[in-house]
Amino acid sequence: MSAVNSLARPRRAGRSANRRPGRRPERMWAYLMVAPMTIGLSVFYLWPIAQTFFYSFTKSGPFGGHAWIGTANYRALVDEPSVLQSVANTLFYAVVQLAGIPLAVLLAALLNQRGLRGRSIYRLVYFLPVVTMPVAVAMLWRWMYNGDYGLINQLLSIVGVRGPHWASDPSVALYAVAAIGIWMALGYNMVIFLAGLQGIPTMYYEAAAIDGAGPAKMFFRITVPLLSPSIFFATVLTVINSLQMFDLAYMMMSTPGAAAGTANPALPQVRTVSYLFYQKAFVEHDLGFGAAVAFVLLGFILAMTLIQFRLQRRWVHYA
Amino acid sequence: MMCFKSGTPSGWRRRGTRLGTWVALSGLLLGVAACGTDDPSGGKIELTYRIWDKNQQPAMQQIVDRFQAAHPTIHVTIQLTANQEYWTKLQGDATGGSAPDVFWMNGPHAQLYASNGMLLPLSKQLKADGVDLGNYPSALTAIYSYQGEQYGIPKDFDTVGLWYNKKLFDAAKLKYPDDTWTWENVAEAARKLTDTSKGVYGILAPPFNQENFYDTIFQAGGYVISPDGKSSGYDQPATIAGLKFWTDLMKAGVSPSVKSMTDTYPAQLFESGKFGMYYAGSWNAIEFAKNDAIKNDVDVAVLPQGTKRAVVIHGLANVVYGKTKHPKEATQFAEFLGSKEAAEIQAKTGAVIPAFNGTQEAWVSSMPQFHLRSFLDELPYAVPFPASKNTDAWMTKEATILGPAWSGDKDVAAAAKELATAMNTALREEQ
Repeated sequence: MSAVNSLARPRRAGRSANRRPGRRPERMWAYLMVAPMTIGLSVFYLWPIAQTFFYSFTKSGPFGGHAWIGTANYRALVDEPSVLQSVANTLFYAVVQLAGIPLAVLLAALLNQRGLRGRSIYRLVYFLPVVTMPVAVAMLWRWMYNGDYGLINQLLSIVGVRGPHWASDPSVALYAVAAIGIWMALGYNMVIFLAGLQGIPTMYYEAAAIDGAGPAKMFFRITVPLLSPSIFFATVLTVINSLQMFDLAYMMMSTPGAAAGTANPALPQVRTVSYLFYQKAFVEHDLGFGAAVAFVLLGFILAMTLIQFRLQRRWVHYA
Repeated sequence: MMCFKSGTPSGWRRRGTRLGTWVALSGLLLGVAACGTDDPSGGKIELTYRIWDKNQQPAMQQIVDRFQAAHPTIHVTIQLTANQEYWTKLQGDATGGSAPDVFWMNGPHAQLYASNGMLLPLSKQLKADGVDLGNYPSALTAIYSYQGEQYGIPKDFDTVGLWYNKKLFDAAKLKYPDDTWTWENVAEAARKLTDTSKGVYGILAPPFNQENFYDTIFQAGGYVISPDGKSSGYDQPATIAGLKFWTDLMKAGVSPSVKSMTDTYPAQLFESGKFGMYYAGSWNAIEFAKNDAIKNDVDVAVLPQGTKRAVVIHGLANVVYGKTKHPKEATQFAEFLGSKEAAEIQAKTGAVIPAFNGTQEAWVSSMPQFHLRSFLDELPYAVPFPASKNTDAWMTKEATILGPAWSGDKDVAAAAKELATAMNTALREEQ
């Protein structure tokens, strides 16, 4: 063994020594290959982030020009009640979105059963919302949520229940929007879990069946632990997407054809941090304040993702 | 899983390169195309004209064609930008120095652009060229005047009228609204028309500014923003009276709830034929005329008076970019856009009421079943659409703060005072 090692080592060293002269151009090639991506990221992401950070300490005019005002924007952020409300809205939305993950796991497990008829049709149906434009989705749900003429309240009236104005009642609108969010993300998470499920060898289930385990036990003792890397991935993405949520809230709260200055009565209860950023920066022309909001959001997402990566050691099993 | 993992990324990569090639190629083609457009105009002065309404593009093109025929050395390209992104894009372009030479402007944004040097002052040139601003409704011209300087030439305008459903008025044996009506008549008719068992309401009273509470604020003798543009009028008793007209109607239960009017846009509700009255704009006429279900059942009258007569007027103007390379030619073009000839072309389309006095007849007679002259009869007492340097900063707060007063969750005077405080803060920020 040691003879082999002692023989091998000089040879290996010799080989790499032989290659060293060729390394430099090789490394250059490597840099060249990653350059488009690196340059793209720097120009379109890192530089704007740095700029946004700078502008968050300024009062910016609507047509450029800025004055340094220190931390005034951040202090105004604390004083503005709509900021706190929108942070709470966003967090609530994210938590509700996480509830969609067990649902997607269950759905994936059901759709992964062998011998299930029309499997691909079910998969297609659940995946459709993912590839549909959020604008179209929002339009459709606004019709269904209509308090007076909507499909949902029509169905509820059959059983004698008078449903609320789902999309414009401040006390239910955020739940209603979050439900659409779950529905939209369900198909995407399901596909991730289906892929994960196909990586679990069937022999575990066969062995468990011989040992007398039922379907529920198999699901919680085999499927869930072995699927945990996929679940972790989906969780991280869901949290990031939820914290950035804009399009759905915007479409559900805006009134097409309405003049400036009209608002859905539920807007304060549904407005997310991204929505607030858009409103402050692009509608009210307060770019400095908008930049501060954007930066708080960035910090928030970083912190959440970091916490999740810390926590994963406790529950994610990499087989 | 394996298949998924190993298969897809390489697939992406492959597609990526192909896509990259196409992007590069189309970039080249675009470059070529862009070079190509310079040639035919050869030596001509190039102007760009940005608008947001696709329906008006044919009329705008006709006007451009006439202008080019009269000025063979100038070539104008129309840029159509979707309404939703018009202001974001224009702001970016104006900041970067690449805004179009001439573009559409509206009331809420006029002072923002004018006070930041983004618009070319026109007063001097208009005087030199003999353009008489008296040809346009004075309240409309005032929207585009800032610190004594004129920045825009009015293009079109809209006012608000009292639309009503004749069928429901007949059924309740009520007289149709006319120019003798006051606020009391509205409240009384709304009460008599309402029959919630049939889903019929006397009036639609949404918390909209131009169509609803701005008009009644001015009718009550109040104001939204002080004449010097520095303070809010929402804490004034007369202004609150103008708001209370609407919240009283809401309280009386003669209008559907704000939630109902959010879920279904009031104009759509009105078109269902179950709502007696609706304060709506001249711009709604074309939509009502096209709806077979109600086109013969509805008509319009001038707004009923409060302590006095008033209506808010808003309209667009053509403005010249402050940093245009061709100020002389761009101003010439903007003047032509405001001319009688251009107004007559617009009038024929029926989409808007042209701003040039005397050319509005074509619009009035385009829908003879409605008494559209009401919208013109209101001009002598029309009030400019309220605006400041950063109108949007306080206008976005109106609906959110006043909303609870409409739904009955808050006293209207308290909500108005809260709005006044928020608006005064926003106005201070502008200075």
